[in-house]
Amino acid sequence: MTISPEAPSRAMDLLRFATAGSVDDGKSTLIGRLLYDSKAIFEDQLEAVEATSRSRGDEYTNLALLTDGLRAEREQGITIDVAYRYFATPRRKFIIADTPGHIQYTRNMVTGASTADLALILVDARKGLLEQSRRHAFLCSLLRVPHLVLCVNKMDLVDYSQEIFESIADEFTAFAAKLDVPDLTVVPISALKGDNIVTRSENMPWYEGPSLLHHLEHVHIASDRNLVDVRFPVQYVIRPQSTVVADYRGYAGQVASGVLKPGDEVMAMPSGFTSTISSIETADGPIAEAFPPMSVTIRLADEIDIARGDMICRPNNRPAVSQDIEAMVCWMDESRPMSVGGKYAIKHTTRSARAIVRGIQYRLDVNTLHRDECADGLGLNEIGRVKLRTTVPLLADEYRRNRTTGGFIIIDETTNRTVGAGMIIEAA
Amino acid sequence: MKGVNAMTAAYRVSHLDALEAESIFVMREVVAEFERPVLLFSGGKDSIVMLRLAEKAFAPARIPFPVMHVDTGHNFSEVLAFRDARVEELGVQLIVASVPEAITSGLVRESADGMRNRIQTPVLLDAVEKYRFDALFGGARRDEEKARAKERVFSFRDEFGQWDPRNQRPELWSLYNARVHPGESIRVFPLSNWTELDIWHYIARERIGLPEIYFAHDREVVDRDGMLYAINEFLPLRAGEEPFVAKVRYRTVGDASCTAAVKSDADTIEKVIDEVAATRITERGATRGDDKVSEAAMEDRKREGYF
Repeated sequence: MTISPEAPSRAMDLLRFATAGSVDDGKSTLIGRLLYDSKAIFEDQLEAVEATSRSRGDEYTNLALLTDGLRAEREQGITIDVAYRYFATPRRKFIIADTPGHIQYTRNMVTGASTADLALILVDARKGLLEQSRRHAFLCSLLRVPHLVLCVNKMDLVDYSQEIFESIADEFTAFAAKLDVPDLTVVPISALKGDNIVTRSENMPWYEGPSLLHHLEHVHIASDRNLVDVRFPVQYVIRPQSTVVADYRGYAGQVASGVLKPGDEVMAMPSGFTSTISSIETADGPIAEAFPPMSVTIRLADEIDIARGDMICRPNNRPAVSQDIEAMVCWMDESRPMSVGGKYAIKHTTRSARAIVRGIQYRLDVNTLHRDECADGLGLNEIGRVKLRTTVPLLADEYRRNRTTGGFIIIDETTNRTVGAGMIIEAA
Repeated sequence: MKGVNAMTAAYRVSHLDALEAESIFVMREVVAEFERPVLLFSGGKDSIVMLRLAEKAFAPARIPFPVMHVDTGHNFSEVLAFRDARVEELGVQLIVASVPEAITSGLVRESADGMRNRIQTPVLLDAVEKYRFDALFGGARRDEEKARAKERVFSFRDEFGQWDPRNQRPELWSLYNARVHPGESIRVFPLSNWTELDIWHYIARERIGLPEIYFAHDREVVDRDGMLYAINEFLPLRAGEEPFVAKVRYRTVGDASCTAAVKSDADTIEKVIDEVAATRITERGATRGDDKVSEAAMEDRKREGYF
């Protein structure tokens, strides 16, 4: 069984997916298999892992060693950080954000899920859904990962039982329905034996869906992008100090959402000045349209005052301009909890501000989804609904509508560490 | 972005376009948020691609930061010539941080085996301090090595230039935390999500020039520990070694005393792409004597401040 090696194709697209699970779920075996079968693991890497396994007295080659990159992880036999892996088929390039599954690594999973188009959750067919499976599903829905895949693994150990698979699939589907998961696929697999990984398994003729890889290659992600709301956060103003291109002024940035064209009437926020796009440029020349995730330079017909942190949008479709933000926050700092009255730096799109915590409406138990409305702080890995007041207005959208203009990070002003991730619910 | 017009109907973006857009975003973010960025330029293919992305990110303006070469003194002449020509063409300032000069001044001491990979680190850190650089672009990719698989795009370094892998800043969405105290810095890796093959596809698509040694050519080599090393002034013959001429190319370009060549007939970009797609050994494993020391060789060097 092999996936054809990464062909010299230049027409592939890109899918980012996050995996969640613990070592026991067979996550490392699954990733090892995807990487090995797509030739993304090389012989010298495999030899190094085999030698280490032998010297530690492991009975089999421990594929987890391939993915555990840091010395501390190899010594402790645990994954403690997000690792990024790469493989490709002729159709797609894949970036895996491989995250540890235990509750003490919730922040790592939130980090991995933040950029994912798809999340893959593993459960052991013998154990069924665990508390952590529900937590993973909840975090994926919180981070608005558009596609969710539940892999019911180790089907070989339950005699490829359709009954067991369907009971797990039904239970998970019922749970996911409460979470607002846009797209759910459930696949019965054996990562160890290769069932339903690359090709459909002959051991489960009752399963009529795609193999896991087929699904990863074909899941439709183009329409996940928001092509409706024009949002262009200005990153940098290009003004060459040169006589060749005198008076050039271009607004450089990456399209967060929407489609921009020359001739479009646009409004700069927060100033509210309007102008018309005179051209959209790249180093390869002007282009007819810009859409996510393109990095371009926009030029306007009128000289209006626009700086980094401003946003170009359409006059009739604008983000909220507000200093009062309500957001779900995942706290990531072990040394100090987030507390009411705390002051932090925040970064939202290309805009930086300071913020004060006005209130914590509730803290969410990520396992039971119970809301504790008496909470006065958020500790490491805790998630809650928070009210913030910022020093300057944010140009904000609801995170559920726009992951780029709805997300922000919270930075400790003393240590400069990133201590929290926020997802805007309401800006008013 | 080439070919965008043809694909506009479906708003489709190829993986190379997506990678390019992400790298350009990262570079603009650095220039907007830091005082004194610098791009580490070795004349190797990854730093050549990175420099090309910098050119694109700020066009039609010039690249708004200098480039720096940490020069071990063990160079391939083709690579130095390429470096100088490219810098001239772009009109950027070149800073050379010289290991031989640092040996003369006593900042570092030549190691017993003559390999200068490890002693590059203090030379780099010395230059960072001297020029007060607060952001350093490096061409490292996460697919190169497993310690790098966990490195951030914006990777924090303390005032000693050290990397603490257990204490990295979480990195969410495309929101990069650029805050540092004076004396601290960020290593920035715009090519984090590129693979070796992505780099080659991009070189082909953009028609980017490379030093000749990346393509198959005849060279006098010796077989040392199963790797083919070119004989030159930095890598003298050892007793009993028989040099021979072989058709080789370099997959990576580093210090001429520790970078090996691979047997190859690939004398065009297309042939190199076919070869890279079919190879079963990592590029560092095939060509770098310096990574073979232990499983954690790279992690240890990175902790000390290596790029």
